[in-house]
Amino acid sequence: MFSRDSWEEIFATIRKNKLRTFLTSFSVAWGIFMLIILLGSGTGIRNGVIDEFKDDANNSIWLFSGRTSMPHKGLKPGRSIQFTNDEYDRTKKMDEVDHISSRYGVWGATVNHGKEYGNYSIRSTHPGHQYLENTIITKGRFLNELDLEDRKKVIVISELIQKNLFPETNDAMGKYLNVNGIPFKVVGIYIDEGSESEMRNLYIPITTGQTVFNGSNRIDQLMFTVGDATLEESQAIAEEVRQDLARVHNFDPQDQRAVFVRNLMENMKTYTDLLDNIRIFIWVIGIGTILAGIVGVSNIMLIVVKERTKEIGIKKAIGATPANIIGQIILEAIFITSIAGYVGLVGGVFVLQLMAENIQGVDFFQNPEVDFGVAITSTLILVLAGVFAGLFPATRAASINPVIALREE
Amino acid sequence: MVEINGLHKSYQVGKNPLHVLKGIDLKIEQGEMVSIMGSSGSGKSTLLNILGILDDYDEGTYKLNDVLIKNLNQTKAAQLRNKFLGFVFQSFNLISYKSAAENVALPLYYQKVNRKKRMQLAYEYLEKMGLADRAEHLPSELSGGQQQRIAIARALVSNPKVILADEPTGALDSKTSEDVMRIFKEVNKSGITVIIVTHENDIAAQTDRVINLKDGEIYHPEYV
Repeated sequence: MFSRDSWEEIFATIRKNKLRTFLTSFSVAWGIFMLIILLGSGTGIRNGVIDEFKDDANNSIWLFSGRTSMPHKGLKPGRSIQFTNDEYDRTKKMDEVDHISSRYGVWGATVNHGKEYGNYSIRSTHPGHQYLENTIITKGRFLNELDLEDRKKVIVISELIQKNLFPETNDAMGKYLNVNGIPFKVVGIYIDEGSESEMRNLYIPITTGQTVFNGSNRIDQLMFTVGDATLEESQAIAEEVRQDLARVHNFDPQDQRAVFVRNLMENMKTYTDLLDNIRIFIWVIGIGTILAGIVGVSNIMLIVVKERTKEIGIKKAIGATPANIIGQIILEAIFITSIAGYVGLVGGVFVLQLMAENIQGVDFFQNPEVDFGVAITSTLILVLAGVFAGLFPATRAASINPVIALREE
Repeated sequence: MVEINGLHKSYQVGKNPLHVLKGIDLKIEQGEMVSIMGSSGSGKSTLLNILGILDDYDEGTYKLNDVLIKNLNQTKAAQLRNKFLGFVFQSFNLISYKSAAENVALPLYYQKVNRKKRMQLAYEYLEKMGLADRAEHLPSELSGGQQQRIAIARALVSNPKVILADEPTGALDSKTSEDVMRIFKEVNKSGITVIIVTHENDIAAQTDRVINLKDGEIYHPEYV
């Protein structure tokens, strides 16, 4: 089947019908090309979305205090709810809670080291905050329990802040910073993969923050992770915490504005659902494009058979079996589809590469790439489809009656 | 070599069957050179197609080299054609994009003879036809007589028992016709049965025996 004669015939046919072969190949190459681009872009969107969520722990629940919007037990709506350390202590005791932190913030603190000044936000937190915010320590350490217990004046700053306040040495470790005039010792340097504003925060122990910055026992936010709980479980946990807050703070359990709940798993789920739908959509379009290519090949092969009726008749007269004829035409179909498929594949990967290089720092789009296995599989499927595309015209060719074929001029 | 008894063949033309061959009895011995004559519509082409296992028949028997040829599947028919028969057509029917040598070698390809051996045999037969210097030419670069000689070489290369020629000189001038007939006679001398379908009397006259077909039956003018 793969003898020199078979190839010679294929090349002879291609030479005779350059335009037709080109158009067929083009439709196939285009199909694969589009599929690769689509799949690659899909992956790009997926990577981009996942990147957006890198900032915070994916299985975390964040609680913010608000104002009541419903009257409850004789109390008027519009009351502010204020969380305190009690909330932290109670929630921490829950079995489902994994990492937990509360946060007491001071906006716009003036920080200086010698003559270098900067304006940053202070986040007074628990050690668990590192996990919740995905804070990456590059030097030193994050806050620990001992810092909290002793209300130490220690501080963790970002590489960005270090660069701003220590422009010459770029080494803040062990140095003292004045935060609103109060000296703090730098014990750690961090980076955050979220947006740049995440790098404009200073971390100090919550106990220290509450003491030094008039926080008393107040906290602004409470956040915790729920381990490997499912979405439904995490929703139940969030609701349980909310009910508990409603009881303690005397607000209507139905009042959604008294306490805001941000469940990252819910957010994540919304996006992954969307991504799954996009993925399905992409596959449908991709498969449709490939199908069009296959129909194109089949069509061309039918014309090939029609045009070569006489030649097939001659061959049959001098002893070609139907298997010879079918083999030849299918080989031709496979040849055209695989070459074209390969071209489309390479072209698609090349364009994706260009996209990856030129589209950077765009939200929700990152590293468009195509799974090599998927690319190869789809090309193989196309080649296989080429076989089927050739099969119908080929069996038609094989059933040509040599008498009738030879009569054709 | 060829034995036909009570052969009938009809074609369906529209709603009515057209009875083309109406009981042919024919026996051709090995090494004979026979011509089949008849006007158009006499059924001579149909008979040739049946002899060439290119077409099936309705009734009767056809034995080629003592093998009954009836209701064969396409693969078997192709194999028998390849083994026993060589075809020469009026319009040469060479494959346009293949060189003379490759055209001649083609039947051997279907016998799965390796390429080297095929090409060697092809050159041998082209030499016999006096066309060794044209081996690499495409059919379109050759004259009608040369093309027909290549077609004959192609028919002979698989070493068949019977050569079937359908109006082999129909497209040639009288000089080249003579050349071609001389080749057929030489082929016949080597022991191969040659059956020529023609409507030209001078061609038929050069064969050992003339079979006249008229309205789907063989008739013997000498008895009239």
